[in-house]
Amino acid sequence: MKSGVLNLVLKRLGIAAVTLLIVLFAVFFATSMLPGDTASILLGQAATPEAVAGLREAMHLNDPAILRFLLWLVGLVHGDLGTSYANEMPVAALIGGRLVNTMKLAGITTLLSVPLALTLGITAAMLRGSVYDRTVTILSIGIISVPEFMVATLAVLLFAVYLKWLPALSSVNEAHSLTDLVRIYAMPVITLTFVISAQMIRMTRAAVIETLSTPYVEMALLKGASRGRMVLRHALPNALGPIVNAVALSLSYLVGGVIIVETIFNYPGIAKLMVDAVATRDLPLIQSCAMIFCLGYLFLITAADVVAIMSNPRLR
Amino acid sequence: MTIAHATTSRRSFLGHSYSVVGVVAALVILAWTLVAILAPYLIPHSIGDIVDDDYFGPMRQGLWLGSDYLGRDMLSRVLMGARYTVGISLAAVSIACFSGVVLGMIAAVTGGWLDTCLSRFLDAMNSIPSKLFGLVVVAAVGSSIPVLILTLAVIYIPGAYRFARALAVNINTMDFITVARVRGESTAYLIGSEILPNIIRPVLADFGLRFVFIVLLLSGLSFLGLGLQPPLADWGALVRENIGGLPFVAPAVIVPSLAIACLTISVNLLIDNLPQKIRDRDA
Amino acid sequence: MSNLVEVRNLRIEAKTDAGRLVEIIKGVSLDIADGEIVALIGESGSGKTTVALSLMGYARPGCRITGGEINVNGKNMAALSEKERARLRGTDIAYVPQSAAASFNPSSTIMEQVIEVTRIHKLMSPEQARQRAVELFRALSLPDPEGIGARYPHQVSGGQLQRLSAAMALIGDPKLVIFDEPTTALDVTTQIDVLKAFKSAMRAGGIAGVYVSHDLAVVAQIADRIVVLKAGEVQETGSTAAILSAAHHPYTRELLAAFEPKPRQAHADADAGTKQLLRIDNVTAGYGAVRDGLPLIRAVDSVSLVVEKGRNLGIIGESGCGKSTLARVIAGIHPAAAGAIVFDGKELQRAARKRSHDQLREMQIVFQYADTALNPAKPVEDIISRPLAFYHRLDRQARSKRVDELLDMVRLPRGLRYRHPSELSGGQKQRVNFARALAANPKLIICDEITSALDTVVAAAVIELLKELQRELGLSYIFISHDLSVVEAICDEIMVMYNGERVEQITPDKLTAPTHPYSKLLFSSVPKLDPTWLDGLVRDPELVNQYGHR
Repeated sequence: MKSGVLNLVLKRLGIAAVTLLIVLFAVFFATSMLPGDTASILLGQAATPEAVAGLREAMHLNDPAILRFLLWLVGLVHGDLGTSYANEMPVAALIGGRLVNTMKLAGITTLLSVPLALTLGITAAMLRGSVYDRTVTILSIGIISVPEFMVATLAVLLFAVYLKWLPALSSVNEAHSLTDLVRIYAMPVITLTFVISAQMIRMTRAAVIETLSTPYVEMALLKGASRGRMVLRHALPNALGPIVNAVALSLSYLVGGVIIVETIFNYPGIAKLMVDAVATRDLPLIQSCAMIFCLGYLFLITAADVVAIMSNPRLR
Repeated sequence: MTIAHATTSRRSFLGHSYSVVGVVAALVILAWTLVAILAPYLIPHSIGDIVDDDYFGPMRQGLWLGSDYLGRDMLSRVLMGARYTVGISLAAVSIACFSGVVLGMIAAVTGGWLDTCLSRFLDAMNSIPSKLFGLVVVAAVGSSIPVLILTLAVIYIPGAYRFARALAVNINTMDFITVARVRGESTAYLIGSEILPNIIRPVLADFGLRFVFIVLLLSGLSFLGLGLQPPLADWGALVRENIGGLPFVAPAVIVPSLAIACLTISVNLLIDNLPQKIRDRDA
Repeated sequence: MSNLVEVRNLRIEAKTDAGRLVEIIKGVSLDIADGEIVALIGESGSGKTTVALSLMGYARPGCRITGGEINVNGKNMAALSEKERARLRGTDIAYVPQSAAASFNPSSTIMEQVIEVTRIHKLMSPEQARQRAVELFRALSLPDPEGIGARYPHQVSGGQLQRLSAAMALIGDPKLVIFDEPTTALDVTTQIDVLKAFKSAMRAGGIAGVYVSHDLAVVAQIADRIVVLKAGEVQETGSTAAILSAAHHPYTRELLAAFEPKPRQAHADADAGTKQLLRIDNVTAGYGAVRDGLPLIRAVDSVSLVVEKGRNLGIIGESGCGKSTLARVIAGIHPAAAGAIVFDGKELQRAARKRSHDQLREMQIVFQYADTALNPAKPVEDIISRPLAFYHRLDRQARSKRVDELLDMVRLPRGLRYRHPSELSGGQKQRVNFARALAANPKLIICDEITSALDTVVAAAVIELLKELQRELGLSYIFISHDLSVVEAICDEIMVMYNGERVEQITPDKLTAPTHPYSKLLFSSVPKLDPTWLDGLVRDPELVNQYGHR
């Protein structure tokens, strides 16, 4: 039976690898559709046609697209992300520190939102139909229904404008003490936590409610099991797959959320870097940032599927 | 997307039971649709006219929703914004759901390599985060209305496909499909006459849900400055251009946000409270 | 109080989709003495399971006990708090579910679930509980009693799970055990072992029981008394012998009548049976990887058969024997890997896709579950008129007229044509299902377990209808079933299948004397109405080992 699980997991990883290739291809081509000739943009208005032609040659811009794609892939494998058009720094150097900042933001949000959402989701399912359950459900549906920037603006209004507890903007460089740290991360993390948790609560609640209506939970009831035992011993172990799946899927919403949140709070992360790069049409930078986001997203989705496979008792 | 139904009060009419929440939500959606269609006849001021001496003016008579960062009438701008937000989203979701559902049903009924290839490709598309996709495409080809509609549609085709395919695969295993097949029916008949009527309700609910996603994504893109470009402004763009009014809690930044929330929450509530056909067992 | 269980005037309400309250149990009263086994019998929807569950003070979600007393062992379950009820569940009263496969938690070992009752109620140490469980496994004649507890539910067969769930019920030393159709999902050869195990364990412990079932013959083997329920009311109560021999209530008589062998009509038509309608030669079909043009997993293994014009062939066998695959192979739904199918003198393509319209029209297939065989989104008239438009190109008016005729033929009121399948009863749905096949004007109808999902009385009526239609229209049927009595009632020839192969073909009058050992085992396993049948049944243990799904 063990080999069955292994096979499924390997198959899933194989699919992820193929998907990654397709995604890289898509990212590369979408960005190479950027209007305007890259060489002439780089050299500016005053450039001579000869200089432009030379640069095109040097950048392999005359080669067929598929060849450029392969060259780009080879570069990626060697850790060469290319050079930024805007300020001629290596993309890897530009991304490095920013990526760490984004990871920190995502990490803190995860640590906060996962326990919060699981507790709320599971308890809401246990107390299905109660005032508590209805409140949680309505709040989460409300948060899902509004754009992230609205959650962010509401948070700013509440914490920065009315209560004046927190600054509206973040600046990582000013972090000297713990209180500074809290003040800097608070607004982005609060916003992201709201956005991620709402999704996770709904999916967790649905997963637990589904297992609570199975015949084996009814059987446990007819054995005289308490409500707690029914949920903890019988429903939860079987809802684990769907719940972990829900967690991973919700965390993949971080990718979208982070783009808005970093922009709105001026947080120096990789998403902000990318939005700026789009504004300046900095092709290599956009490609690399997009790739990193896709990687993270793909990783989470694949992780969700792998966990779902492994938690299936029938494959044990 | 289901809320406990027992809690909402329901009325019955013509063999269906309606919940009050659902009816109210439907009325709100209807109202916004009318606004989107009739906006040019409803606006009190031209959207470009500067009518207030002050910027971020408060709500008052004549300027019911205050003025924006240039002193333009917010009411007019929000009413016209409905046109873009509702119109673009509706066009995009229609394209996305139509293509996704048709492809999904074909894949489910045909099976084999067509199904495998289509599913593999669209799943790969699905693993590109939607905001990112929007960002890259807008960076590449700009953000005219047709481009926005197409981009939003393409982003949500894989989801609509996956949803419809899963439903159609379930129906496809039913014996009545087998019966139709050994009768010698064509794929077109199977899809249109046997499968579609059985998945239409969830597909319509999915349509609504995807409409909400698209409204949110479009607003998000516009908020980032990557959606509709000035002088056109949808609700997301209105929030963006007036974000400076946030510290003063200006209606110019609050109202467009509320408009988005009002529309999306209504759609969600309508989906959760659709009229139910009454199927009573005989007592 | 003299009886272990005394139910008085029990009322239970259910909430419909529209929120209306409907009384589904209307004042039921019944008694069970210590050590007595009482059967609750009735068709689906009669409320038999609802009554049984109420003995544990439990009503399924959407249902509510609204009145009456449920005295079990001196306590009124209806009046207790949920906590007090929980204390009695598993210890005083235990439950054996209909589908053990679904009622075992898939993510925990069998032993853990069997001894869970002792943990919940702190009856004994886990060590003792495990020993007790192994004793019970042995008493229920489960294979490998020491080791089976360490397995997970999906690693054990259905018949074994059903006995394991009995062990789960017995471990708390209950005074009353509720059996909720525990053998309905099992094959007949397996059912015998499970029934025997239940009976001896209950008898050994002197435990009282409630046995919920729709099958009178099964109930006759195990119950001391029978309570007949219909539409939430008790129709008749009596000792098993009395009910079987001298039932008073018309409904009970109907149930009993469904068991009586029907006199078969002799074929008046001398022509019939002289011409072959369908012949299949050495047909093989299966699933999975293909080697040398043949599938590795064979569901049907070189089967040959002949159906003569105006005659019926029955195919009988247990689940997994390949009989349904054979039906799908003949219809071209699951193309054969090898062999020939000759229909009305012409060789057919193996896949339905490649057959001509007329070939498809002349051979119709009717499936077991009318629920899934009828498109729920269409009214009856659309369902029946589609073949008329598709094969016969009838215009709207002609179609409408023909739909009326077809509804008359299957004895359904014409007004039903505007209804959707969900608004019909099970028997009505199956008649519509059949009318659609008739609409094609077929020569052969393949019936795949068409009566298995129906209540006994309804099924008997459908069989009668099929016979009549055959007389009128000169049809031939291939009748696939796991139920010998159904096949016996309608078929001229019976083919027995086991493990994808044709084991034997005999005529109904020779059913008492099959030659092949598997047929012997199968035929002898069908329960009889005689209450002494199970106890008197002697089976060749070697046969059971060889062919029984244990």
